Amino acid sequence: MNLVIVGLNHKTSPIEIREKLSFPSATIGEPLSKLTSHYGLTEAVILSTCNRVEVLAITSDIEKGTWQIKKFLSDYHSIPLEKLDEHLYVHQAEDAVKHLFRVAAGLDSMVMGEPQILGQVKDSYGYAVQSNTAGIIVNKLYHKAFQVAKRVRTETKIGESAVSISFAAVELARKIFGNLTGKNCMLVGAGEMAELAARHLQSNGVREIMVANRTYEKAVELVKCFCGTAIMFREFPHYLKNVDIVIASTASPNFIIKPEQIHDVMKERRHKPMFFIDISVPRNIDPEINNIDNCYLYDVDDLQGVVVANLHERQKEAEQAETIIIDEIEKFYRWIKSLDVVPTIIALRQTCDAVRKAELAKALASFPNLTEKEQKVLDAMTSAIVNKILHHPVTHLKKESNKIEGDLYIDTIRKLFDLTIDDEAVKKAAQSNDD
Amino acid sequence: MSEIFFYITTAVYLVATLLYSAYLFARKDRLLTIAQVAISTGFAFHTATIASRWLASGRTPVTSFHDSLTFFSWITVALFLLLLIKYKPKVLGAFVSPFALLLLITASLLPKQIVPLSPVLESYWLPVHVILAFLGNAFFALAFFLGIMYIIQDRYLKSRKLKGMYFVLPSLETLDELNYKCLQYGFPLLTAAIITGAIWSEYAMGSYWEWKHRQVWSLITWFLYAALLHGRLTAGWRGRKAAILSAVAFLSLIGSFFIINILSGGAHGLLR
Repeated sequence: MNLVIVGLNHKTSPIEIREKLSFPSATIGEPLSKLTSHYGLTEAVILSTCNRVEVLAITSDIEKGTWQIKKFLSDYHSIPLEKLDEHLYVHQAEDAVKHLFRVAAGLDSMVMGEPQILGQVKDSYGYAVQSNTAGIIVNKLYHKAFQVAKRVRTETKIGESAVSISFAAVELARKIFGNLTGKNCMLVGAGEMAELAARHLQSNGVREIMVANRTYEKAVELVKCFCGTAIMFREFPHYLKNVDIVIASTASPNFIIKPEQIHDVMKERRHKPMFFIDISVPRNIDPEINNIDNCYLYDVDDLQGVVVANLHERQKEAEQAETIIIDEIEKFYRWIKSLDVVPTIIALRQTCDAVRKAELAKALASFPNLTEKEQKVLDAMTSAIVNKILHHPVTHLKKESNKIEGDLYIDTIRKLFDLTIDDEAVKKAAQSNDD
Repeated sequence: MSEIFFYITTAVYLVATLLYSAYLFARKDRLLTIAQVAISTGFAFHTATIASRWLASGRTPVTSFHDSLTFFSWITVALFLLLLIKYKPKVLGAFVSPFALLLLITASLLPKQIVPLSPVLESYWLPVHVILAFLGNAFFALAFFLGIMYIIQDRYLKSRKLKGMYFVLPSLETLDELNYKCLQYGFPLLTAAIITGAIWSEYAMGSYWEWKHRQVWSLITWFLYAALLHGRLTAGWRGRKAAILSAVAFLSLIGSFFIINILSGGAHGLLR
């Protein structure tokens, strides 16, 4: 199988180059068909995101194929190849499989382990299917890649830690409160980021969301989408004692929540923990509040720090993910190399042998006087004929199945001999190769 | 036989402690799983140690300081393993494991011969009193570790610099709740242990209370825990404050346990 990936990403190229090379998804069918029709590639997939542009292709000659993809990129976007070449990376054969698996699992992303890339890889495959540039190998390869990404996600914690500010806030809330079910949240000021954080909190079980805004109407508007309660801005301090999480995002130039106030509130709520998130600049919550027992205050910079810490922690999970990928590549190779050929050969042998046996039985029936020895000779002879006839086809089939045309051979043999390969046999072959 | 089991137990706990430390450092789930297997294996040998010691002496093996420490260590690990089934505070093992190890190492330095009990003290109150007391202490030990974990996690969250153990420690609320729960179980056990001790004392020596070191210290510990529970119930003490107090109370408990046993040579000096 001659698989090649040529592309560039955020590590190898600046945004100016990446944006020039990008393929809008609406018109991606055209470049895809061009790859297979004009550039001699058997199968092709284009992945184009804001951080990477990659062409994956199956080709009969790996070096020629690589060059063709480069030429295509240069021709299609009218950028001279000399200018482009320094930014491009090339992955061939096994290396390309590894690259695809890593990309799909989010290991090659700018934000390690981010989940969006898997959706984008799925889309890129979908476009190739629509444009008829995805063949047998691409089909198998991508399904395996999705499977690998899923395995990485379930077996490592790479996707777990929060890497956006609002997710980081939710995660912190979980580290403070454990379960968020039944907790109450208050938004002081109705900014977009506060709204986003509140949404995440709500989807994690937070019961009630109160919104206090200087323009009361805006608060009313906002609570509609949360099923929350709007409260008058000047009244919000009275509600604090029932609130576990406070998100402040007003445009006020001064602190609107002060330590004296919170000291009293804490007494009233019997020192149950409170989590303050201050996403306003300038800050709205007096930083002194962090020094009160059972009060935790994070401003935007702190949350940014949490995001960085989470990312750092993710890095450790990557090692484990890489082992999974190596493991899966091995499996994939063994699988793809023989999944088709093994059941085909078995079916071919069985079919021919069945014909032989039936004909032999007929012949023997018309000669009832043959001795056992004579019968055996006939049996051996017919066997030998079948085996000798099948010898070359089987040897070639085995040999060719490792190459790109292998699928063609297998397909032809199946059609010529009208072989039906039941799912059972395929599964068996797949399993024995998987283990 | 019991001696072989004892050394195997100590060795396995050492392995568990190292694995737990590695887990805290590298935070790889696989290490935690292996560490849990290790501590459970250690516990099995520990049980065998206690059982063979029990058979050899014919009574609850708590009459010498060596035996007391071994028994205390055993019951703490047992309680941790029970807690693990219901509440899954997995990282707690990283504290319980070195604690159990430390108790066993201390025990190994002490004379191991079985101390004969004077016939006057021979009573079924012995196992009742001792098991209640150690079970109570074990709950307090776990409360102590949960408190320490709370203080560490609180510090991470307050400092707003998240690293290391922050990622593996449970949430503050979980730690606080478990700490409270351990106190709620430990306190009645301690009370019952003091009462049964008094009854035993009456039975053996004809007086319920003699103001011996041991009795005074138990009373002090009892008051500390009573105050802590009272504060939690009525004054809303929780979180860091409660965690610190449970740590102080436990240090007083463990201090008195060691001081009295060293002063008296075991079993509260009732043996001589």
